Amino acid sequence: MSAHQAPPGANAPVLELRGVTKSYEGQQVLKGIDLMVSEHQAVALIGASGSGKSTLLRCIDLLEEIDDGDILLDGQPMTVPGINPVPFRRRLGLVFQSFNLFPHMRVIENVTLGAVRGQRMPAAQAREGAQALLERFGLGDRAREYPDRLSGGQQQRVAIARALLTKPRALLLDEVTSALDPELVGEVLGVIRELKEEGMTMVIATHEMSFARDVADQVCFLEGGCIVEQGTPEQIFTAPSQPQTQRFLARVLAGATI
Amino acid sequence: MSAVPQPLTTREDRARARRARNLRHLVISAASTVVVLGGLATWIFTSSGWPNVRRDFFSSHWFTQSFGSVLSGFWLDVRLFLIVEVAVLALGLLIALIRTFDVAALFPVKLVCIVFVDVMRGIPTILLVYIIGFAVPALYLSGVPTSPVVLGGIALAMNYSAYVSEVFRAGLESIHPSQGGAALALGLTPTQALRHVIVPQAVRRVIPPLLNDFIALQKDVALISILGPQEAFRVAQIFADQYFNYTPLLSAAALYLCVTIPLTRVVDRMQARTRRERGGAMALGPR
Ligand SMILES: Nc1ncnc2c1ncn2[C@@H]1O[C@H](COP(=O)(O)OP(=O)(O)OP(=O)(O)O)[C@@H](O)[C@H]1O
Ligand SMILES: [Mg+2]
Repeated sequence: MSAHQAPPGANAPVLELRGVTKSYEGQQVLKGIDLMVSEHQAVALIGASGSGKSTLLRCIDLLEEIDDGDILLDGQPMTVPGINPVPFRRRLGLVFQSFNLFPHMRVIENVTLGAVRGQRMPAAQAREGAQALLERFGLGDRAREYPDRLSGGQQQRVAIARALLTKPRALLLDEVTSALDPELVGEVLGVIRELKEEGMTMVIATHEMSFARDVADQVCFLEGGCIVEQGTPEQIFTAPSQPQTQRFLARVLAGATI
Repeated sequence: MSAVPQPLTTREDRARARRARNLRHLVISAASTVVVLGGLATWIFTSSGWPNVRRDFFSSHWFTQSFGSVLSGFWLDVRLFLIVEVAVLALGLLIALIRTFDVAALFPVKLVCIVFVDVMRGIPTILLVYIIGFAVPALYLSGVPTSPVVLGGIALAMNYSAYVSEVFRAGLESIHPSQGGAALALGLTPTQALRHVIVPQAVRRVIPPLLNDFIALQKDVALISILGPQEAFRVAQIFADQYFNYTPLLSAAALYLCVTIPLTRVVDRMQARTRRERGGAMALGPR
């Protein structure tokens, strides 16, 4: 496999995974993942339910401890035993499928919490930055509301703003549209597309094949905790070389995913 | 297409029916109240023992004689209640946190907490007040308080913090782990995640059951009377024993009611609001 080969014309690697394995209760969920994410690049993770996409993102954000292998952020190993994960998490942003906003805080407080408490950003500066992000995502007038008053699409945009305020090196997106009603998917994907155009480095787990094709520079197909095939969207979607990839795509595209 | 069909009932019809129904309800409930309370009053006031009961329990003379001392005794109850409640909340939350989250270094403390809660919940409050109040001073330990008020307060705080820690623990466990995950992903330390994300949500959820424990504690403060301090019940009891008149006991009871009834109403309101917020429980009524 050619996982270690950076695509031509790419920049310095932001994230690098080498032989990452992870198991839950004896069941191996990730079986030696090699992955390189260069600056300004968007990597899409596709694969069936249970293939390990969420687990991989959680391992990268150090929310799960890996069993073996290394994960490097800007060349710095993050997974050395005993290392403090907090400073690394502050340099990464993670957005969840189920938003996970804090229901007891207003929208603006949700967005500023990480910056103010984690990074010790002055509160006024954090509020200003948060308000600007909310305006940008079309939520300027919802800052004082509680999350449960917002639609799913609006909540997910708040969650993205929350992950962005601290200007992360890379943004990890875990199926950010799969909990949304179909008519709300577009507004969230639009925001991500914009971030990509600005050069945000991203790892995107997704079920939206057309979106992956459209926004990603690299697509990784996962099955049973392995990256079975990796390549440009062109390669993966028009000429997949592995039979598993062909089967998966045939099934998904027949299921008429948007 | 045919013409717009005539509605079978109009808005006015419905409004009239509703008014009639409300009026009927009002009349029936008022009438039944008068009948029941009137009957009860007649039954009691015409009983042969009523003149004696009235003299022994509802004497205005003994009420004016004793009320001042009973009230100042009650003031001691209130102050003790407030101090103990603060201690209970702090200790209860601390025990709940230690028991809910695994910190390797705190493992022995966790064991102590488990035993503490089991023991404290298993002993009747009155026994605990007795044991702490009489056994501790008998040890003649230097530096340990011997004042019965303080010892009684400690006994109550130990007993109630065990209950309250279980309430807090249920609250902490009801917060989905993804909330903690989201807080960590934002770069908060585990302590910050607890402080800003998990504990505030857990506390909000358990306020109604906590208030119920508040009310119970407010009443159980009277138990320290067995150690001797001149709190409301004790003062009233002394009067009663001395003058063979029980009016002071009833004034003490009335003082308790003045605090516990408003508190109960507050709890009911909060519980109703929690139910509403969770989107359940519609009021049942005639349709
Ligand atoms: N906390 C956990 N404990 C035990 N097993 C887990 C845990 N989290 C995930 N798993 C298992 O790991 C495997 C991979 O799960 P993961 O959530 O990473 O898949 P996924 O590709 O994100 O799936 P989906 O598309 O449904 O989100 C599954 O078999 C799942 O049951
Ligand atoms: Mg997933």
